[in-house]
Amino acid sequence: MNPDSAQIAPERKRAAVELSRASVDFGQGADRVQALQPTDLHLDEGEFLALVGPSGCGKSTILKLVGGLTRPSGGEIIVGGREVAARALRVGMAFQNPTLLPWLTIEENVMLPLKIVRPFRQDYARKKRGEYRDRVHALLADVGLEKFAGHYPWQLSGGMLQRANLCRALIHEPSLLLLDEPFGALDQFTREELWGTMQDLWIKRRPTVMLVTHDLKEAGFLGTRICVMSARPGRIIDDSPVTFPRPRTVEMTFQPEFVALNQRLRERIIDARGESAQKVAL
Amino acid sequence: MKYAIRRRMWSAALIVAFFVGWEVLCLALGVSDLVVPRPSQVMATLIARFPVLWPHILQTLWTTMIGFGLGVVVGVVIGALIGTSRVAYDTAYPLLIGFSSIPKVAVVPIFVLWFGAGPVPAVLTALAMCFFPIVVNIATGLATTEPEMEDVLKSLGASKMDLLLNVGLPRTMPFFFASLKIAATYAFVGTVLAETVASNKGIGNVMMSASSNFDVPLVFAGLFILAFLGVALYVLFSLIEGRVVGWANRRTDLSPS
Repeated sequence: MNPDSAQIAPERKRAAVELSRASVDFGQGADRVQALQPTDLHLDEGEFLALVGPSGCGKSTILKLVGGLTRPSGGEIIVGGREVAARALRVGMAFQNPTLLPWLTIEENVMLPLKIVRPFRQDYARKKRGEYRDRVHALLADVGLEKFAGHYPWQLSGGMLQRANLCRALIHEPSLLLLDEPFGALDQFTREELWGTMQDLWIKRRPTVMLVTHDLKEAGFLGTRICVMSARPGRIIDDSPVTFPRPRTVEMTFQPEFVALNQRLRERIIDARGESAQKVAL
Repeated sequence: MKYAIRRRMWSAALIVAFFVGWEVLCLALGVSDLVVPRPSQVMATLIARFPVLWPHILQTLWTTMIGFGLGVVVGVVIGALIGTSRVAYDTAYPLLIGFSSIPKVAVVPIFVLWFGAGPVPAVLTALAMCFFPIVVNIATGLATTEPEMEDVLKSLGASKMDLLLNVGLPRTMPFFFASLKIAATYAFVGTVLAETVASNKGIGNVMMSASSNFDVPLVFAGLFILAFLGVALYVLFSLIEGRVVGWANRRTDLSPS
């Protein structure tokens, strides 16, 4: 034992997410399909990672692993310094489908995590009409939904529902935000508008974010880093930082550097699809 | 709102037309009141005999309500067990189907054998009649809950109980109320069934003894009372349903102006 080893070890930023040789298989026996090849991934706190790749490549699987919704078949996943299986993390999740509960108002929907997550739930009965309510209203105001707190989900448009969905994912101030194509089902203009909303929320609160998307422009607009995944079985084939200054604007996405980045990522994905297509042909 | 009023008026008109038609038809064809009494005769009997009928009405009402209440408890518990576990669902369903296929008339003598004639067989028959639709509806509601809704809570570290209380049960409420309305009417059928077979009190018993005395207007009076009680219970649950699960009907009057 070298007593100095602790000091000599290279200083490292605290990891928000760490996947070591994490893999996922679906099915049993002969039907066994590898969805995710053993994957290493390291995320620093405050990073905004965009995961892109052809459909069915295991992007969502990585999110579900990190969120504790899927168990790894092998390897290890550490989130916030603890193994994911140990649970009780402060994770916020939002999916493509807003999945707001139809029997609750927007306010009640956004407040739901405070009813479930410790330490908020202990005080839920006492604070739901006071402090928590104010908090929900402040967050709804950030995304322009303050007038709709008392409405039911079916009374809102798709873009508004997705805003409320983001609020629900953020209300308990998660250190990690997992977004699975949250803007995928929206029209182009609403989507671009929500990129702005998302960017503002991120700049203001600086959570660590993992965003799964198939939209390269979205990845470039929002991400501090983009990982490209290959087709099934998935693995990360490209990992590049995005250095455009913030706050970014939709106009920036038409500038040559941005377009060049898009082009490069596009080619990587097309290559990745080609590989898998060849595999199928063989 | 205007539509609702118009709809109710049509409902009322249909009921009035039904009774007027019945009355007119009986008069026109000269039907004896030993076969089919006219509604006016039935109502006259009902009013004249009401003091005698009242204790029987109460008897039928409370045995039905107890049987129904127990049926709801049993139905919800079994439905929740079956609905939350695939294994329990597959294992228990055949047995439940088998049980619900048994004609309940056949079970009443057994209940009488065990507990003697009186209110107990009536309560049990009401229970046996009404719990099955509740089981099926609760189980279906829980089993068809969208996994995405649960995933949101699971990612927050929600326990099974959290999921059941915050997603499963609220989502199942419309199914539950739909089954309550059916179960309430079934419970009446069960009680009256048991009363006609073996009891010395209750509307079923009154109808039985009235028909053996050829007091046909009194038999029909019993039917009227049962129909009225059934409708009253149905309306009660509809009102509660409207308040609790209005979200499922997208009622516009729920939204803040």
